[in-house]
Amino acid sequence: MVNNKLIDLINISKSYNGNVIIDDLNLYVRENEFLTFLGPSGCGKTTTLRMIGGFETPDQGKIIFDGKDITKLPPNERQLNTVFQKYALFTHMTIAENIAFGLKIKKKSKAYIDDKIKYALKLVNLEDYGNRMPDSLSGGQQQRIAIARAIVNEPKVLLLDEPLGALDLKLRQDMQYELIRLKNELGITFIYVTHDQEEALTMSDTIMVMNKGYIQQIGTPEKIYNEPENAFVADFIGESNIIGATMVRDRLVNILGANFPCVDEGFGENKPVDVVIRPEDIDLVAPEDGIITGRVTSLIFKGVHYEMDVMANGYEWLVHSTDLSPVGSEVGLKVDPFDIQIMKKPESDDEEAVVNNEQ
Amino acid sequence: MSNENPLRNEIVTEEKKTKKKKDSASTLGKSKTLLATPYGLWMAAFIIIPLILVLYYGLTDGNGNFTLDNLSLIANPINRKALWLSLKLSLISTAICLLLAYPLALVLKSMKLKDNSFIVMVVILPMWMNFLLRTIAWQNILEKNGVINTILEALHLPALNIINTPTAIVLGMVYNFLPFMILPIYNTLAKIDDNVINAARDLGANGWVTFKRVIFPLSMPGVISGITMVFVPSLTTFAISTILGGSKIVLIGNIIEQQFQKLGNWNTGSGLSIVLMIFILVSMTLVAKYDKDSEGTNAW
Repeated sequence: MVNNKLIDLINISKSYNGNVIIDDLNLYVRENEFLTFLGPSGCGKTTTLRMIGGFETPDQGKIIFDGKDITKLPPNERQLNTVFQKYALFTHMTIAENIAFGLKIKKKSKAYIDDKIKYALKLVNLEDYGNRMPDSLSGGQQQRIAIARAIVNEPKVLLLDEPLGALDLKLRQDMQYELIRLKNELGITFIYVTHDQEEALTMSDTIMVMNKGYIQQIGTPEKIYNEPENAFVADFIGESNIIGATMVRDRLVNILGANFPCVDEGFGENKPVDVVIRPEDIDLVAPEDGIITGRVTSLIFKGVHYEMDVMANGYEWLVHSTDLSPVGSEVGLKVDPFDIQIMKKPESDDEEAVVNNEQ
Repeated sequence: MSNENPLRNEIVTEEKKTKKKKDSASTLGKSKTLLATPYGLWMAAFIIIPLILVLYYGLTDGNGNFTLDNLSLIANPINRKALWLSLKLSLISTAICLLLAYPLALVLKSMKLKDNSFIVMVVILPMWMNFLLRTIAWQNILEKNGVINTILEALHLPALNIINTPTAIVLGMVYNFLPFMILPIYNTLAKIDDNVINAARDLGANGWVTFKRVIFPLSMPGVISGITMVFVPSLTTFAISTILGGSKIVLIGNIIEQQFQKLGNWNTGSGLSIVLMIFILVSMTLVAKYDKDSEGTNAW
């Protein structure tokens, strides 16, 4: 389904004390999309979100929301709401008063507000908590109240700034499903900031991977995982073997002296490239059946699979396999052509910032 | 080994945070009591015992018989007038301190200094000088032939007659006690998470509504400690009124001081002190009641 552009960021730049945080960023967000900004801390993802929320003003560029320029609009005049990392509840008010805060400012009737509080508390499964104080709730409950407080205002877009960052693992996973459910029930746009790649892959329709103020790749979770466009994305999303190689010709790449058939074309002949091979895409076979051979140097049981290091042609390959090959055994390594992802070697940060919003 | 205890397992399955809290509270409990012992002894020797003595002298006559006469002496016109004036001047001073301190505390918060010691130093700096010395300095500034009037005279402007008036006393109180208003308010303001303020803005509140509904209520504990720490010393002072009020203006503190120092009447002095204490307790209870936040009451 193709939805309309709801938010458009055009040539956005922002720096603090001479440090460039965001450099000429272009991005659009579609209606009803679950978009995630993913990247390490300091990559500019939170700054980008805060500019959409109105807590920062870009040095250059424009933010268009629903056809209107909102670049200079203060947060209280924007049709969107934010869920903050550490809940940011009003500790001097009850849960019901917290949720009513935005509605009271909009001078809604008492009956309307009461209805909304009830509806919101039901939506986040905390029906009987209206009269409690925020401090008496657990972290997960407080975060759900923060979400309730935001959505009663019926924003077109909900901004979520690492909302699960302060929760423990089990709760975080539960909340991920809860958020997906909420998003589907509300039918609004979510823009979500996280540094947790698993969270991003689980929840998003679209992921924008950022590093050093540049967009590295925009795409569906599958595309980001299976076809990373550069070494940064490959490395940041999941585990991978990233190896310098030479593109011999179309559909053939030379990795560490051995020729691997692949499916990529158009890189030219004898051009240096980076290849990404996911550890689970490497098949361990009998030495004579492998494209290259090596020796297992370490073996760790990980539950679902074994994690092995295989020394072959001077590189330690990370391999995930449900079959065990003991340390010291000689194995052959084989990779299916379509499991080899070829990437152009980046020459600068700027060039690393491949903008690809063409899904 | 913890598995041997079934109760222990149940606790483990509960939320980890609560368990941690319980554990640290029980282990800290003992050492906490121990650490509080020196102050406990100090308090017993220099606060509780004197308090009991004040109560004893205040409720007995010269022969040691129980009486309420010392308390009822507050009804004496001179004493009543002094108490009333004390209450009035302390309230005015407290209000002025609040009006000066709150905006300053807001500005200091917005500066987002990484190191609070700078602010503490700037605010505390006047206190490096002796309290009496500072008050006497004000006397010299305000005097008939003091600094201000000398300057005014040089400019051919009419002289100011502030010295020995209630205004001078209020000035002295504000000057001396202002830091005690700034620091607690600044501390509570600095503790407010910026995102809580951002959240209010995000939910549609403009700057004024954000202040009224979020920032000010959250700073109430600091405001209340500030009020307490300015109001109480102002109400009981006798040094400021002696130095800046001359002999004309008598506050309740001066009367109590006279009873002890000049007249040697410990019974009357203690009786009036008890009345003053009751006034302080009542006014503080009123302030605490006004603030429904329980944090405010913890401050004292």
